[in-house]
Amino acid sequence: MRQKMRALMLVAPLLIFVVVTFIVPILSMLFRSVENDIVPNTIPGTVIALSQWDGSSGEPPHENVYRNLYIDLFKAEEAKQHTRLGSRLNYEQSGLSSLFRTTGRSLDDIGELWQDPLEDIDPNFEEGSFWFEMMSGTGGEDFLETRRELMALMSDEDMSGDVGFVPSEEIIQLLPWTARAYTDFALWAAIRDGDTVAEEDPWESVYGALGMDLTNPDTVSAINSYNGAGASALQTAAANIDQLPQFGFREAFTEEDKDWGSADIWATIKLYSPSMTPGYFLNSVDMTLTPDGIVMKPENQQIYTTLFMRTLIMALIITASCIVLGYPVAWLLANLPMRTASILMILVLLPFWTSLLVRTSAWKVLLQQQGVINEILVWLGFVNDADRLVLMNNATGTVIAMTHILLPFMILPLYSVMKTIPPSYQRAAKSLGATNWTAFWRVYFPQSVPGIGAGSILVFILAIGYYITPEIVGGTDGVFISNRIAYHISSSLNWGLAAALGSILLVVVLGLYWCYDKIVGIDNVKLGG
Amino acid sequence: MADGASNEAFVEFERVQKSYDGETLVVKDLNLTMPKGEFLTMLGPSGSGKTTCLMMLAGFETATHGDIRLGGVSINDIPPHKRGIGMVFQNYALFPHMTIAENLAFPLEVRKLGKAEQEEKVKRALDMVEMGSFGGRRPAQLSGGQQQRVALARALVFEPELVLMDEPLGALDKQLREKMQFEITHLAHQLGITTVYVTHDQTEALTMSDRVAVFDDGRIQQLAPPDKLYEQPENSFVAQFIGENNTLEGVIKEIKGNTCVVQLDGGEIIDAVPVNVSQVGERTRVSIRPERVEYNRDRLHADAHTLKAEVLEFIYMGDIFRTRLRVAGNDEFIIKTRNAPDQVRLKPGQEIEIGWLAEDCRALDAS
Repeated sequence: MRQKMRALMLVAPLLIFVVVTFIVPILSMLFRSVENDIVPNTIPGTVIALSQWDGSSGEPPHENVYRNLYIDLFKAEEAKQHTRLGSRLNYEQSGLSSLFRTTGRSLDDIGELWQDPLEDIDPNFEEGSFWFEMMSGTGGEDFLETRRELMALMSDEDMSGDVGFVPSEEIIQLLPWTARAYTDFALWAAIRDGDTVAEEDPWESVYGALGMDLTNPDTVSAINSYNGAGASALQTAAANIDQLPQFGFREAFTEEDKDWGSADIWATIKLYSPSMTPGYFLNSVDMTLTPDGIVMKPENQQIYTTLFMRTLIMALIITASCIVLGYPVAWLLANLPMRTASILMILVLLPFWTSLLVRTSAWKVLLQQQGVINEILVWLGFVNDADRLVLMNNATGTVIAMTHILLPFMILPLYSVMKTIPPSYQRAAKSLGATNWTAFWRVYFPQSVPGIGAGSILVFILAIGYYITPEIVGGTDGVFISNRIAYHISSSLNWGLAAALGSILLVVVLGLYWCYDKIVGIDNVKLGG
Repeated sequence: MADGASNEAFVEFERVQKSYDGETLVVKDLNLTMPKGEFLTMLGPSGSGKTTCLMMLAGFETATHGDIRLGGVSINDIPPHKRGIGMVFQNYALFPHMTIAENLAFPLEVRKLGKAEQEEKVKRALDMVEMGSFGGRRPAQLSGGQQQRVALARALVFEPELVLMDEPLGALDKQLREKMQFEITHLAHQLGITTVYVTHDQTEALTMSDRVAVFDDGRIQQLAPPDKLYEQPENSFVAQFIGENNTLEGVIKEIKGNTCVVQLDGGEIIDAVPVNVSQVGERTRVSIRPERVEYNRDRLHADAHTLKAEVLEFIYMGDIFRTRLRVAGNDEFIIKTRNAPDQVRLKPGQEIEIGWLAEDCRALDAS
């Protein structure tokens, strides 16, 4: 036991290093392929309200959903999170990104529709201190903590600290919408901006929320019997609700952008409101989630299955050409006299010591239409000057360049296996009457198969995930799935899709490895010795 | 020589030379003639050229110079697979990816024999080496001795007239080796095949062969039947290499027909047979086998020369006694005596007088 502990201590630094810098990032990256927290975190109230809505009706959702959306979106806009949500939903339905962006800009205007008449009815509503006094009280600590948590989830920031404000229990009961909007404002002002809540004018959304509360007849009658702080101003407002806008938030949103009235948009939002989603994976195999279930994407948008197939087929072609080209070289290495073999070995290893980028760029020089290979072929008269071979920016270019780059990974395992085949086997075969070819094919070759297996696994797995070379010489026909993954990581920033594509690639490779183990047996693979 | 062996040359090496690098000769002027049915062993230290000779005969090396003939036909230009020579390798070289039966069928298959005939011959060959029930196994599942038998069966299954064996018993333990030595010789004589056997183990060479070729420095030092090789070595190398041997250095004093008198460096006089010395005054190294040294004065000729000796050590070895003496300044002089009821057991410190029959003591070259 002590011995084991000691041994464990010795490997611990490496183990921790690998786990922290390699395994954890990979797992968290893979987790992104199903993670969808951004929707429920950014518009939590909307998501809950939307769950009541029946998308198949073709009708836009109830006013309640729009009210929640307004409250959620307003604070999200303050935290600049609404554009992220827009980008996320835009993966599923294009147009949502700009919808969220433009709507984000007009949220203040919507609030002012209520703010202006409210301030006209009672000037007290202009005062931040009046609002503070009206909303403050005791008993609302739990309510404050709930809003604090939601705010933290939405903004991805630490919201802990003293707010200097506790909503009154009575006002939470009386004005539920207003209490939410004001508490959000208070949290943001105190903790994010570091201001004193009482001195700040509330957000426009607070006025909008008061407008929401005043549409409820029960609230109006309750206000009339209310006698807490700001009761008179509230009663004045309740008496003059005819001066407030006579439409709801659905109309207000639809007015800003008619898309908000479309059931389609809401169906998409509802579909992607759970915190886990199969959407990225479906996307990776050219399918999509619709309210009617999982369907194939339209023909002209199907790219990933083709790309996966192409990656597999091209990796197979590359592996096969590596075997064909590498086998004789490995044989020479294993059978030449020591000195000659060392020189040959250096030639094989030379590419390893050259930067990958340099080698690939060199292929670019060789393969292009005005490049070395075409020039020589034209000069020799094999090819007309007019129709030079297209060797680059297509699959041919990728296969040629990658075969060259991955060749050492085939030669080295082959060599180390061949090195262990004693020459006496072939001698024995010949002494028994076999011709050179029979001796090779019946005796030598079967014994070198484990080397071919090892080399093939190595080359195939490297090829299937290759990125740089296809990117440089592949053009559009010769790119691999990894290039698409890189595109989603660095350009489109759709990390979820990149993670899903990556996970599928990983599973495919593991699956092939498993098949190989079943068919050939991994024990038969030798990397040497 | 085995029964049925004719004296007609079957395998011939004529003035064969071999060099790998074009400068040093590994085999220098090899001449050898073997009749059909003979069991010939090439014996020598490593690097003496014996394996190279075997490889040239098998066709895996080409002679730089000279002619190798098989059945009167020069085989210099015939590739190994057309020579029809069976071969057993040092590490057996059984194909690991084939079963035992497949290994044995291989030479028949490449000769395009019918399936039924193949099976029958494989079975017969396996039965011959008592491995009949192992046909379905892989080489790795067999012990060293079993692999050895299979390798032998494979070399014989296509009925070659000549079989080459390259230290085939080197990897076996002593007991198994002795058993296999007997089996191989028995089989070779029974089938009447001509065998060239390479080894560096002199016991193996002596017990198995019709004739032994002792190799050193790229040449055959002596080619003779085992008894002659042991009792009448023709030069110092052979005398030293085969069996245990006492040597004394001196100068030829007198040569009379087939005996001579040698004066040792310490001045003592002994009798010997001149082998490859011819002149009086020439330096010589005399060689005498430990079991031919006599210390019982009664058993020696009356006029035989004797030497004084001091017993240094007495070793009891069961069947024999081994006594180490100091003779003429040589502390490593060994005598061996049979453990007979009347045998005297010498004691360390004892002074004795030793002598021998002149024909047992051979005056050889001093090199």
